[in-house]
Parts: sequence; structure tokens; C-alpha cells
Amino acid sequence: MHEVAIAQGVLNLAIKTARQSGAARIHRIRMRVGAMSGVVPDSLSFAFEALREGTMAAEAELAIEAIPSVGWCAGCQAEFTAEGFALECPRCHAYSRELRRGRELEMADMEVS
Amino acid sequence: MCEDCGWSVPKAAKIDGVPSGEVAFPPNPPAANSGNPAPGATHSHGHSHSHGHDHPHQHDHEHGHDHDHEHPHEHPHEHEHDSAPTSARRTVAIETSILDKNERLAERNRGFFKAKNLLVLNVLSSPGSGKTALVQQTAIALKGRLRVGVIVGDLATDNDASRLRAAGIPVVQITTGTACHLEAEMVAKAMTQLDLDHLDILVIENVGNLVCPAAYDLGEALRVVLLSVTEGEDKPLKYPPMFFSANAVVVSKSDLADAVEYPRAQAREILRQASPNAVVFEVSAKTGAGMEPWLEFLADRLEKTRRAR
Repeated sequence: MHEVAIAQGVLNLAIKTARQSGAARIHRIRMRVGAMSGVVPDSLSFAFEALREGTMAAEAELAIEAIPSVGWCAGCQAEFTAEGFALECPRCHAYSRELRRGRELEMADMEVS
Repeated sequence: MCEDCGWSVPKAAKIDGVPSGEVAFPPNPPAANSGNPAPGATHSHGHSHSHGHDHPHQHDHEHGHDHDHEHPHEHPHEHEHDSAPTSARRTVAIETSILDKNERLAERNRGFFKAKNLLVLNVLSSPGSGKTALVQQTAIALKGRLRVGVIVGDLATDNDASRLRAAGIPVVQITTGTACHLEAEMVAKAMTQLDLDHLDILVIENVGNLVCPAAYDLGEALRVVLLSVTEGEDKPLKYPPMFFSANAVVVSKSDLADAVEYPRAQAREILRQASPNAVVFEVSAKTGAGMEPWLEFLADRLEKTRRAR
């Protein structure tokens, strides 16, 4: 349920940045959302669509790149992409304690005019 | 509302019933060469103000300018070429974490806690898993040995604070209004209401929620996630970010384990996978069963925290 606050944060940062760069309209905002970020991309999009109305981002698309959880396996000395809820190495089936990617909740860039 | 994060709630939040906007930030943590503050360094009260100032300014400035500039340019283009609208488009890099502000404030809290020699816990669970009962029994059991203070967050009511206060535990209640989690800024304000110099352990009892608080660092040293035996052993499968982030998992209400046929071995295996960085405890705050290892763990971590200085 904090996706509304997150979406508002995205929108505010986008508008602020767009104004600073002299743009009038925001067409697209690219985000990276990690599987371990605690944010559900669908909820974020839903909230964003409700909040963007009446702003310079009224027609902006929120493009979310879902980042999977990537763990580090100490045994195999290699990174791996986690499939399920836990960081299980697909080679040796050990459970990793080290999350290398997957916590992202970032704005990458945006398209403006 | 904060222009950076869009989050108006910290101001809606109340600390012991007082709007948090009226509660001052703590002074900055002492610098690395702390111990003997420089003459005149005692007055850092004014710091809290800076937050409220910044944001509204930027907002008003930019507005008028941009609109007027852009319009005349774009219109003629769109008529003539099909490709014009897209060619007028450009990409602006942002590369910013949405929680950047909270993360900075959390780091600030962490430095402050360290300077105060405090072990700080962020206690998380679903509503009704027994956070308050665990915190209360922990503080009572440590009495005479370690001093425990509590910051407790809820959407509304100060029932939890009242319970703890009645047990003689120093406590500050944050009522978040609508927010489903605590943020570093709320904690920074709330902790000014506690006598931190006379505490060993500060427990932050978060809002009951297994989703949102996972994303918000408060500056704690230990993340403690509760899982009551009555909730079902598969909770960690449903809330991976929260359980993965745990430094300790306390399986609570163990006195009810038999009644609900809690599958202990299976639950342990799930936790081993979902919470690989956590030490797991099984306690009953009601009967006191299993409390001893949990208390020893806290005492040990406090000692390690202090030795690491």
C-alpha cells in the first residue's frame, strides 16, 4: 500500500527534473524495480496512473524494468538469478546470504519535450 | 508535502500526540573526533528547521519559466514533419533511488545511535504477532541489567505505548496517521523525546505490516522479524523482502504451538532458506519460555556494538 507514496515520489521527482531541464511535457519515465524492493510493479503503475492526471506527466508512460534477485554463491564463486522466494543457487542448491541485485527502486531516466 | 519524496505523512505523524512538525530534530551526531565538543557546539537546535524550508522554494521558482519557453517552439514543428514530435523528445537522465532521502536520514540516525552507544532494533511483523508483548517482556526481563527504551509506531491510538509505560518502560508513541510504516525522519524526531544517554537498547516497534516497512531503513543495527506460530509457517514464502532482510527472526506465541499443530521442522527449514542472515528464536512472551537465549543474544550484540567502536 505504500506504492501510492512511492508513485507520488516518482512523479514529483520527474516533474521537478523536467522543469529544471526546461521541458513542458513528460512522455515516459523509466524505472527499475527489484524483486526484493517490496514494491509491486502493478500497484505502482496503478497508483501512478491515478496520480499523473492534471500534471505535465498526464500522458506519461511508466516503464518499469523488473530486476530479478541476483545472489552470490560463495561455494560456486558465481552470481545466479534466483527463481523462487529464496536465494537458492541453481548449481549447488545452497542458500545464499548475499543479495547482489534485486533491491532497486530507482528512476533511470525519462523522455521529455 | 515533501517535494523530493512526495510523502506528506511525516508531518501528519504525531509523536506522543504532538504533530511531528513541531518536534525538533536531534542535534547532529558528534563528529568522528567526538568526546569534547568544541566551544559553542552545544546549540544545534536550529537544525530541524532546514527541512521545512528547502522544498517549497524550488517548486515556485521553476514553474513560470518553463511553460512559456517550450510552447512556441514545438507547435510549428508538429505540423510539418511526422517525425517532429519524437525528434523534439529528449532523454533526461535521473539515476536516483526513490528512497534516497530516507536512506540518507537512516545513515544519519545510525551514526547518532553509534555515538550514543545504543543497540537499536527495528521490530517488524504482521499486526497481532506479539511485538508489544515481546518488547514488554524483554524490557522487564532485562531490568537491572540493561536499560531498554521504546519507540512504537501505529496508525492510531497510543494503546501500545500505554501498555509499555504502565510496565515502567520509557516509551514514545508515533501515530503515523495513514502511513503503513515508519521512516527514518519520524524516528529522528521521536528519539528526542527519550533520554538516550541513559539507555542501552532502543527498540523501534514498527507498524504491523510485513510489506512496506521492509523498504525503509531506520538506521537500526538489527532487524527483528516476528512470526507467530498461529500465522502459519509459510509466511516467509509470502513476504520474501521482509524475511530476507531479517537479522533475527523470533517465532512468537510458542505456548500455542501444540494447539495449532505448528510444524516446527518445516518452519525451521523455510526460515533457513528465506532468512539466511537471521538467528532464529522461539519464544513465548506469555510463559517466558525461550526468552533466555533471546536476551543473551541482545546482550551479546550490544557488547559487540560497543567493542566495535
